[in-house]
Parts: sequence; C-alpha cells; structure tokens
Amino acid sequence: MNRYPLWKYAILAIALLVGLVYTLPNLFGEAPAVQVSSGKATLKLGPDMVPRVQQTLAQAGIPADFVQFDGNSVRARFATTDLQIKAKDAIGQALNPDPTDPSYIVALNLVSRSPQALTAVAARPMALGLDLRGGVHFLMQVDMKSALTKKAESLTGDIRTLLRDKNLRHAGITRDGNKVEVRFRDRETLTAAQNLLLDQLPDLQWAEGSDGADLKLTGELKPEAARRVQETAVKQNITTLHNRVNELGVAEPVIQQQGLDRVVVQLPGVQDTAKAKDIIGRTATLEVRLVDDSAEAAAAAAGNGPVPFGTERYVERGGAPLIVKRQVILTGENLTDAQPGFDQQTQEAAVHLTLDARGARIFKDVTRENVGKRMAILLFEKGKGEVVTAPVIRTEIGGGRVQISGRMTTVEANDTALLLRSGSLAAPMEIIEERTIGPSLGAENIAKGFNSVMFGFAAIAAFMCVYYLLFGVFSTLALALNLLLLVAVLSMIQATLTLPGIAAIALTLGMAIDANVLINERVREELRNGASPQTAINNGYERAFATILDSNVTTLIAGVALLAFGSGPVRGFAVVHCLGILTSMFSAVMFSRGLVNLWYGRQKKLKGVSIGQVWKPDGGTTPAQG
Amino acid sequence: MEFFRIRRDIPFMRHALVLNVISALTYAAAVFFIATRGLHLSIEFTGGTVIEVAYPKAADVGKVRETVDALNFGESQVQNFGTSTDVLIRLPVRGDVKQGEVVARVFDALCKAEGSSVATQQLTTDKGESVSKPVCGTLGSEPVVLSRSEFVGPSVGSELARDGAFALLATIAGIMIYLAFRFEWKFSVAGIVANLHDVIIIVGFFAFFQWEFSLAVLAAVLAVLGYSVNESVVIFDRVREAFRKFRKLTPREVIDHAITSTISRTIITHGSTLMMVVSMYLFGGPTLHYFALALMIGILFGIYSSVFVAAAIAMWLGVKREDLVQGGGPTKETDPDDPNAGAVV
Repeated sequence: MNRYPLWKYAILAIALLVGLVYTLPNLFGEAPAVQVSSGKATLKLGPDMVPRVQQTLAQAGIPADFVQFDGNSVRARFATTDLQIKAKDAIGQALNPDPTDPSYIVALNLVSRSPQALTAVAARPMALGLDLRGGVHFLMQVDMKSALTKKAESLTGDIRTLLRDKNLRHAGITRDGNKVEVRFRDRETLTAAQNLLLDQLPDLQWAEGSDGADLKLTGELKPEAARRVQETAVKQNITTLHNRVNELGVAEPVIQQQGLDRVVVQLPGVQDTAKAKDIIGRTATLEVRLVDDSAEAAAAAAGNGPVPFGTERYVERGGAPLIVKRQVILTGENLTDAQPGFDQQTQEAAVHLTLDARGARIFKDVTRENVGKRMAILLFEKGKGEVVTAPVIRTEIGGGRVQISGRMTTVEANDTALLLRSGSLAAPMEIIEERTIGPSLGAENIAKGFNSVMFGFAAIAAFMCVYYLLFGVFSTLALALNLLLLVAVLSMIQATLTLPGIAAIALTLGMAIDANVLINERVREELRNGASPQTAINNGYERAFATILDSNVTTLIAGVALLAFGSGPVRGFAVVHCLGILTSMFSAVMFSRGLVNLWYGRQKKLKGVSIGQVWKPDGGTTPAQG
Repeated sequence: MEFFRIRRDIPFMRHALVLNVISALTYAAAVFFIATRGLHLSIEFTGGTVIEVAYPKAADVGKVRETVDALNFGESQVQNFGTSTDVLIRLPVRGDVKQGEVVARVFDALCKAEGSSVATQQLTTDKGESVSKPVCGTLGSEPVVLSRSEFVGPSVGSELARDGAFALLATIAGIMIYLAFRFEWKFSVAGIVANLHDVIIIVGFFAFFQWEFSLAVLAAVLAVLGYSVNESVVIFDRVREAFRKFRKLTPREVIDHAITSTISRTIITHGSTLMMVVSMYLFGGPTLHYFALALMIGILFGIYSSVFVAAAIAMWLGVKREDLVQGGGPTKETDPDDPNAGAVV
C-alpha cells in the first residue's frame, strides 16, 4: 500500500530538478560588468552593438567573460573590478568620441555570475529589492485633474476651429473646469453645431441648456474617454521617466504603474535623491521649424561655409547635419497625440500627429506657404537639440492631422511616435513617498535575513531529526525541498526579493513543518493503537491530509487578503507567503511520502518504523527501530 | 523520544470557566490600553520622515536631538536604533515644510554639527557598482553617514491604514465562511473569537509598550490570524472525529479527548514555528525586530486561545454530536440548519 507508481516518482524527480536549476543562479553571486545603453532618446541600441564592444575590448586587450545584448542594453562581464574599470574607459572612449555629448551611457554594473547554460533556460537570479541593495525609491502621484483639464483645453480649441470652419456662429465658448460650454443665439445653429460636434468629437457628450436668452450646449468628456485620457497620461509619464532615468546610467531601474494614478520609480545604486529628483523632474521640449534649403545652407551643412544668419546647425538622426531656421513654428504644447500607423495610399509606415486647434491653424498657414520645402521636428533635451525627422511638405495640411511618412520602417515610426509623445510629461507628478537605503545597510539586511532563515532552519531540522529520527530526516528533506521550490518559483517569476520577503520565507518554513508534524504524530498514534507499521504509515498520511488541507486553506485566506489589500513591502511578504503555502503542500505531503515509500514501501514484512519512541499508555513502549 | 505521555484525557474543560474569565479580563485590558494609550503608528501610516544615520562611535542622542529640534520641523523623535552608533530620527508631516527637502536639510545640519559639510560624491563600491551619494566630510572617515531615509506623504499613510483594515476584515470574513462551510457555525464563531482574541492581545501589547506598529507588524498580525486558526481547525477536526468514534462521551469529554490527542502536535508545531521566529528576532536585526515580536506573542497566545478559548466557546455554544455527525446521534434525522448535513470526511 505504500508504493508510488513510477510517474509519481518521476514528478518528484522533475520537481527536484527544476527546483535545483532555477535556484542555482541565486547562489553564484554577482560579477563586475560594464553596461552600455543608449544615452539619447533618439538613439536605439541594437544587437549590432555587441560586435562593436567586442572589437573595442579585443583592441584594448581586455578579456571579457562574455558580451551580450539584453533587449535595450549591452553588457560585458569581467573577472575582476580592475578589468571592469579599464574596460569602461576603453568602451567609453570608443563609443563616445565627444565626451561632452555622449551618445551612449557606459556604466559600471553587476551581472550574475551564473553560467550561460543556466541563463539559456531562462534561469535567472532573483532581483534584490532596494532594502537589500541600496538605492532610491520614489512613489509619484500623477495629477489626473490637470491631465483632464489639459484635454478639455485642447478640445475647446478644437470646437472653436470646427465651428468656424463650418461657419456656425456661436455666442462664446468657455471652459469651466473639465466642461466646455458653447452658447448659441438660435436653435437652428445649435442643432447643426450639435450634429457636427457629435460627429467630429466622439469623446464628448453634450447636454442642452439655456443661459438667460442664449441657448447653451455643455460638453463633457465621456467617462470612458476620461479614463482613456488618464491611462494615456500615466503611460506617457512612465515612458518619459524611462527615457530620463536611462540617462542616469542606473543598472536596473524599475518604473512601474501602481494603482490607477501612481508610478513607482526605483533606482538601485543611486544614493543622491537630489540629483535623481532633478533628472526625473526635467522636461524635454519639442519644436517644429523650417529647414533652410539655400545653397549657403547646403555649403554650411557640408562644412564648407559659415552657417547663414538666422539659422542653426543640428544633427539629423543618422548623423547628417542639417541647417534649420531659428524661428519656431510650433512647440510640443500644440501636439496632443502621436501614433504610429500607415500611409493610406502608399502603405508606407507613418506617424500620425494630432495638433490642437491653435497648432492646426498655424500649421495650415505654414504648410500652405512652404510646399516643397522641408520641415524639421526637433527634440530638445538637456539643452541640446536633435532633429527627429525632417520630412518634405507636399501639400497644405489643415485640420490639425499631420502625417509624417517616407523612408521610415515600422520600428522607426513606432519610436518616433513614442518620442514625440514622451517628450514631456502628460500631467505633472508629485513625489508622495521617498526612500533611500544605503548600500552597506542593504548588505547587512541580506546577511541578517539569510542568518535568520539558516539558524531557524537548522534548529527545526535538529529538533525534527532527534525527535522523529528517520521520519524527522524525511521531514527535514521535505522542508529543504520546500525552500528550494519556493526560491525556484520566485526566481522563475522574477520576483524582487526584499527583507519582508525573506521574513516570509522564514515564517513560511516555520509554518510548513506543521504538516509533517501532523503526519508524524498521526503515524505514531496509529502505531500506538496497534496498527501494523505499513498500515500506520498509510493511515497516518491519509488522515493527516484533510487536516493539512484545512489548515493551509485558512493560512492562504489570510495570505490572499494581504495580497489583495497590501501594498509595497506587505505585498512582497504576501506573495512569498502564498507561494510558500502552495509549495509546502507539495513538498510536505507528496515529497515526504515519496521518501517514506521509497524507504519502507518494498519491505513486505516491516517490523517497525523509525519515528522515535512510541509510548503506549497500557505499559511498555515500542523502542525506536530502523 | 516522546514528550507527552498522557494516560487519560486531560480535563481541560474543567478549568475552562476560570480561564475564560482570565481571557476576558486580558482582552478587556488590551482593549483598554489600545483605547487609552493608542498605537505608536509608524510613518507608513501617519506620514512623515524617517532618517537613519550612523556615527563611527557611540552617538550622542541628546546632541542629535538638539540639532534636529533647532531646525523646527515639528515634534521630532530621536532614538538609538539597534546599536548605540545608529540613530533614528522621526519627523512628522508639516504643511509648511517641503517634505522632499527635509532629509537633505537634517543631514546637512547633523553634518555641520560635526564640523563638516555635505558634498555629493561619485564612488565605486568594491563590487564594482557605481554609486553617487551625499557624503559628509571626506570619504572613509565621515563623522556621520546617512544610512537610510524614508518619506511618506499623508495621503499614502491614510490609504495604508484603510487597506490594512480591509485586509483584516477580508481575512476574518474569509476564515469564518470557510469554517462555517467546513464545520458548523458554532465552530466558525468560536474560531474567530479565539483568534481575534489573539489579534487584540498582540495589538494590546503594542499599545501598552508603545512599540512601533508598522506595516510589517500588520502583516505579522494577519499571518498569525491565519496561522492560529489552523490550530482551532486541527482541534475541531478531532472533535468531529471523536464525536463519530465515541458515541457515549458527552460533548465536554469529546472536546477534552480532542485536545488531549492533539496537544503534542500543537506544542511541537508551535515550538518549531517559534524557533524560526526567535531566530528572526535574534538575527534579523532591528528591521525585523517588531515583526518577529508580534509573531512570537501571536504564536504563544495562539496555543492558549485555540485550546481554552476556541474549544471552550464551542462548548458554551452547545456544540452537539448532531451538529457534526450525520445520523450519529440519537436522532436519525439530519438537522435542517446544519450546513454540513451529509458532509462526509
């Protein structure tokens, strides 16, 4: 009766193997590395950077463990810190010929020492939270009210333009908070205007009313449109923050949405809150100007002459210089949206821009007067400008919907749209929570957390082995597997380990032993009541299971409640706690049973089990037997 | 080895009344302290700023307090944290002071008090990570080091307090529903009263000693709630089994039997968990100090409450064989009010 079919042993073996593979990367520690990432929003770093870095290192004679591309940065790992610093200097000189205007950020970093074979099966170590690593944490609140007001403001302009274009006379348009009021003298115009507005501005809902002698239409953003505005605002702010934080050269920044209107920014390694705040609070600006196509300008661009009066020299994306007029036609404030898409006629990749009413009017005038000329869209960051794109104006463009197309790939169109959108923050943000943790304190926290788990585990293991003998050893092994699986699962989902997380691991292990105590006590009780060893093992496990299930469900209820309502550190605690309960069900019941079955299962005439002394009230004890 | 050599059922319930009166008194005392003294809530709940600084030698807390008070940031709290060289400074939220600047200004003042000045320096750790941080004086021999700072806005704090209350309510409701479904309403009530008793007593300890009640402590309290309900579940499981097995015993004897047969497991399990928690208390440092403390109190009271409170309340509520065992009692009909009628385990 105490035998497992082969497939059950297979499951146990697979669980053990998977547990080992995914836990291993956490044990290797970290090695010095150099990270190369893009220093400009307009510059995208691709896998082609790998051979460049390799070449540079080969020329400088610095041996690297490996150079690899990981999505948006290239990392090279080195054996020692000395090599790392030398490599940083060499790569920095090769990639950034002009140190005052670096295109790439070359930063010192740490990468896991775990072998490539493990990384290949997506086995990566857990990221360490700020409390274990040191760094800065910001929680920022996005001002949604102002995002909505901004939208209402731009809609007000749109309404004005629409009504004027259709020659519908109104008696005044005003914005009151997030509402737009349009007054009319007669009903006919009102109806015509209402039909037009409903058709052209689907985001607004309209209510009729009267104001003295005038008729009035009050427009308000539809709830779903308002929600969309808010979602876009948070997304855009996150994108902007990403771009800015990249410049800090922070190893692994975390920028995430939390709740509806909050953004968490975590910058490991940064200790200087003032500088961090300065950078994430900065604004980038967008400008539209005309390109100077004159012969002098062409000569100046080629470097053969002075820059003509009233123009400036900028570098186009891809490196070609361009002479651009100083006069600014439009700024990013007039841009309400930018989306990637396709040209309807040529099916080429394009970026669709939406301008607000004022921008649309100016744009219409400028394009009418400059057909056939080039227009440049510039992005200014850190006081330096760069030409994002410089398309040729084909026709007069009215209506505020602009399409930029030509010689763009889909990826470029996506990037440009993102860039144009993320030039500035969609809505202001306020820091509502801030935390800095020194790196030495982080290291201390790791040691403390590790020690608590280790000593606690050792104490429990020692006690179990002494009190329950062989069954205690099985229980300890099951508990060890629980730890292994828990760490493996956390690594698999790439959870961030924090001190409360470590505390949860310790606590969960302390609670998980309960299942084995229940089982062992039940087996003893069965033996005490005179059951044969094999029956006692079987009944012990069977009868204890219902209780184990019950008790784990109640613990899980508390864990899930914490997960649902907790935030920040409590959430980390709850995630580990819940996962630990689930893994403990597997390890404590199935794995320990597997061990017992493997050990005792084949012995047909089992005389006794090694579960410690079983005392019987009717005199005499069954001595411990192996 | 066998710790518990129990010849016959221990009459736990004989003393139930006395112990329940004691429980009620402790409970009342805990409620009284919570009401009168209130909780010393951490800044996570109240909002405010916490700054932890480290001195090379034992810190002069009085001097630090003077320096901080001179900045006029409101009622500050200055105390040693963990060791004599570490100092923790707590400052409340003040409308007229820009919270973002508080940390920098306090550190600046502390640094000046040591006769030095703060400058931002770029440095590389021995692990090769590049770090920029404000340093007081020269690196390596700073008179004071900023180890940690934390600022929480008041809106975040009140939200956390609200979420904490929701989490507590959700846990209680979830556990009650589960117990009612799995056993019977009497057990559900008994279980939750017993465990709330634990929760109130932990919180009472925090109120009485004015220990800092942080988010981590709240997590510990909820974990204890889930954990000590286990205890009641194990006993209730046995009560049901005993009702089925021993038809002649009275409910009181059944409960005594159930507790007696699980007492060994109760103490060993709690002992094991306690070992882990004590290890956290001893080695986890000041951050885990109160977390571990809350767990320790919770685990110790958990043993007591599940034996004497949960079981006793179930007994006072008049739990009967018919409530738990289908057709087990003298009446063969099933109780129409029993949600578990027909349930077989």
